[in-house]
Amino acid sequence: MSEQEIDETTGVDTTGHTWDGIKELNNPLPRWWLWCFYLTIIWGVGYTVAYPAWPMLTGATSGLLGYSTRAEVAQDIDRFETQNAALKTALAEVELASLSDNPDLQRFAVANGAAVFRTNCSQCHGSGAAGSVGYPNLLDDDWLWGGEIDQIAHTVRHGIRNETDNDAHWSQMPAYGDILEDEEIAGTVEYVLSLSGGDHDATLAQTGAVIFEEQCSACHGENGMGDPEQGAPNLTDAIWLYGGDRETLLETITNARFGVMPAWGSRLSAADVNAVAAYVHGLGGGE
Amino acid sequence: MLNYLKLILLGLVFLFAALAANWGRDLAYQVHAIIIMAVSGGLFLWVLRRTDEPEPQVDTSGYMDGVVRAGVIATGFWGVIGFLVGVVIAFQLAFPALNLDWAQPFANFGRLRPLHTSAVIFAFGGNALIMSSFYIVQRTCGARLWGGNLAWFVFWGYNLFIVLAATGYLLGATQSKEYAEPEWYVDIWLTVVWVAFLATYLGTIFTRKERHIYVANWFLLSFIVTVAMLHVVNNISIPVSIWGSKSVQLFAGVQDAMTQWWYGHNAVGFFLTSGFLGMMYYFVPKQAGRPVYSYKLSIIHFWALTFLYIWAGPHHLHYTALPDWASTLGMVFSIILWMPSWGGMINGLMTLQGAWDKLRTDPIIRMMVVSLAFYGMSTFEGPMMSIRAVNSLSHYTDWTIGHVHSGALGWNGMITFGALYFLTPKLWGRASMHSMAAINWHFWLATIGIVLYASSMWVTGIMEGLMWREVDAQGFLVNSFADTVSAKFPMYVVRGLGGVLYLAGGLIMAWNMWMTIRGGQTRSAPVGVPAE
Repeated sequence: MSEQEIDETTGVDTTGHTWDGIKELNNPLPRWWLWCFYLTIIWGVGYTVAYPAWPMLTGATSGLLGYSTRAEVAQDIDRFETQNAALKTALAEVELASLSDNPDLQRFAVANGAAVFRTNCSQCHGSGAAGSVGYPNLLDDDWLWGGEIDQIAHTVRHGIRNETDNDAHWSQMPAYGDILEDEEIAGTVEYVLSLSGGDHDATLAQTGAVIFEEQCSACHGENGMGDPEQGAPNLTDAIWLYGGDRETLLETITNARFGVMPAWGSRLSAADVNAVAAYVHGLGGGE
Repeated sequence: MLNYLKLILLGLVFLFAALAANWGRDLAYQVHAIIIMAVSGGLFLWVLRRTDEPEPQVDTSGYMDGVVRAGVIATGFWGVIGFLVGVVIAFQLAFPALNLDWAQPFANFGRLRPLHTSAVIFAFGGNALIMSSFYIVQRTCGARLWGGNLAWFVFWGYNLFIVLAATGYLLGATQSKEYAEPEWYVDIWLTVVWVAFLATYLGTIFTRKERHIYVANWFLLSFIVTVAMLHVVNNISIPVSIWGSKSVQLFAGVQDAMTQWWYGHNAVGFFLTSGFLGMMYYFVPKQAGRPVYSYKLSIIHFWALTFLYIWAGPHHLHYTALPDWASTLGMVFSIILWMPSWGGMINGLMTLQGAWDKLRTDPIIRMMVVSLAFYGMSTFEGPMMSIRAVNSLSHYTDWTIGHVHSGALGWNGMITFGALYFLTPKLWGRASMHSMAAINWHFWLATIGIVLYASSMWVTGIMEGLMWREVDAQGFLVNSFADTVSAKFPMYVVRGLGGVLYLAGGLIMAWNMWMTIRGGQTRSAPVGVPAE
């Protein structure tokens, strides 16, 4: 054993141990450190008495304060539900077409709808509702299934081409790759391009016009203006769900499209469906 | 005779791996079988060539430093790899196009993220811990490593574990448990290696010539023992097939979550705290040339830390299906843990009493001091974030990411760099590192990198926490999740730049180490004489 010695720099004695040249000073525990440690322990004991903490044989101690995280959340939700109860009931029962006659309810509906939209709809339609490829832009006045507030509410409630709701909007474009020849499809593509005034091959478009008349006009209309009854898009404007370039149109006509939207009526309350319809209707394109 | 047994064993492993490669049900398993086949085949030939040859004479009088040298190189190598992957995924979050469509599914963030965390924690941190514990235990016990080549088995076995884990993540094998992603057979292999590690370490302690066990060894031993326990319990799972990588966890639901975070938090506690405190307790007094500040403090804070840390895990599961009582206990123990954690910082910093002037001249001491400062900061931040009310704001946000990185980059990274700069010249017989200026550069790049990283994550973390909970007067949510993501973009870029600086420091260190090692020569260091 080496001897205890006094460290010259600090004047503190060492413990007398040496390992590979490392020695240890015999300093006491720093007072402030020790007291802080004691304080945290005392606080800890107090906290576990006040809050649910110690597991016992049949369940845990519930604490003097009767605190529970779930009760805290329920309380928060309760507060707003009580505060909004009258407006919520009115919103669930309102005749949507006349919502604008009641400005207070409409303001509430739009605020409520915005929150519903951010939580449930923005994943596909974008948080600004501008949509993306395959997911319609809700800011413009081009509506696949109608842009009146009741029509929007119907679409939200029942969805589109889903298997879960019998009242879902339903229509199906055929995959023309199985029906038409390649040249016929190419001609149709050129004709559709011409409808919205795009660059196109006029000769091919002439054959396409005949095909369009025979195959497409039943849904998209003779002049290609579409039909909201069948969810058939207007082909004469500059708004495209999947893209209006030659390549995408070829893909669309050959393989068809089958956009699906869930039925939100089974997930959202009647008031929330009305609210989100009011919000979407008010985004700019509502009819 | 022993060689014949080895040959039989290696032959059987080779055969089994060949069958596994043939019958493997998924890509990760097949690739792993081929890796194991190659390793066992190579070892078979190596042993065969040495069989019935005269045994090479090994000088066992001095310390066993070869394995420490290998560990030093591995630590530097994996550090750079881990930092690099970290930089890549940081920029993937800022610019999703960097997920690279053509490299799917391998270069996906979801696969690279565990590659980064495992590379820095287990490959960089783990090799640092293993090599420095091998170095420290010999020096402070005055004894050569016990078990002959067992230490080499630990080194190579551990690095094989890392290769299997890393390739597994890229190829899609994962248990989906944070920091415990490797699948069942990789876990079993790590268990074998870890037991060998424990045996080597304990064997050396048992054969020590010093009467007392130095404090660094208490910490390192608690790290080895606790990690073994955590690893085994959290990885209890049943393989779906012996020919596939998928396994099913034994625990379900909230019990699985609690087991996972009991493991996860103590991985931080015993791997990244106790283990690195063991390193700190050796390298700081050595580099400063000063005695440890307080023996009493080291005892008290060691036992307090070891006893308290193990209870703190539930604070990862506030406001979940976990019962409130468990969450309360996790929070209370986390807060009581504050002072025991700080005991290590005080003991480290106060060891510099009488050597503070070295801060001006010695960039290695400066790294260690900054390391202790970040240790102190993150061990204050941790208990604070464990408070339920604070956690309701911080949980699931980037604040958590910032917190772990101020600990990991600041504390673990800096103390490891200090240890590498201490060890490299000693192990390769040089007076000092090749370039002191380069260490200085490394110090500043790393420090500024950490500051950029931590501050940008505080900003985004608190911002997104506030945005998530923001409701209007009628109780409706104000922001969509995507709004919070786009609001974070500028800070994500700053964080990435912080990572680039930290990586640049790591590259400078790798160059500096290489230049030092290249001109050096290895000599056997004689076993120290115990102080009489």
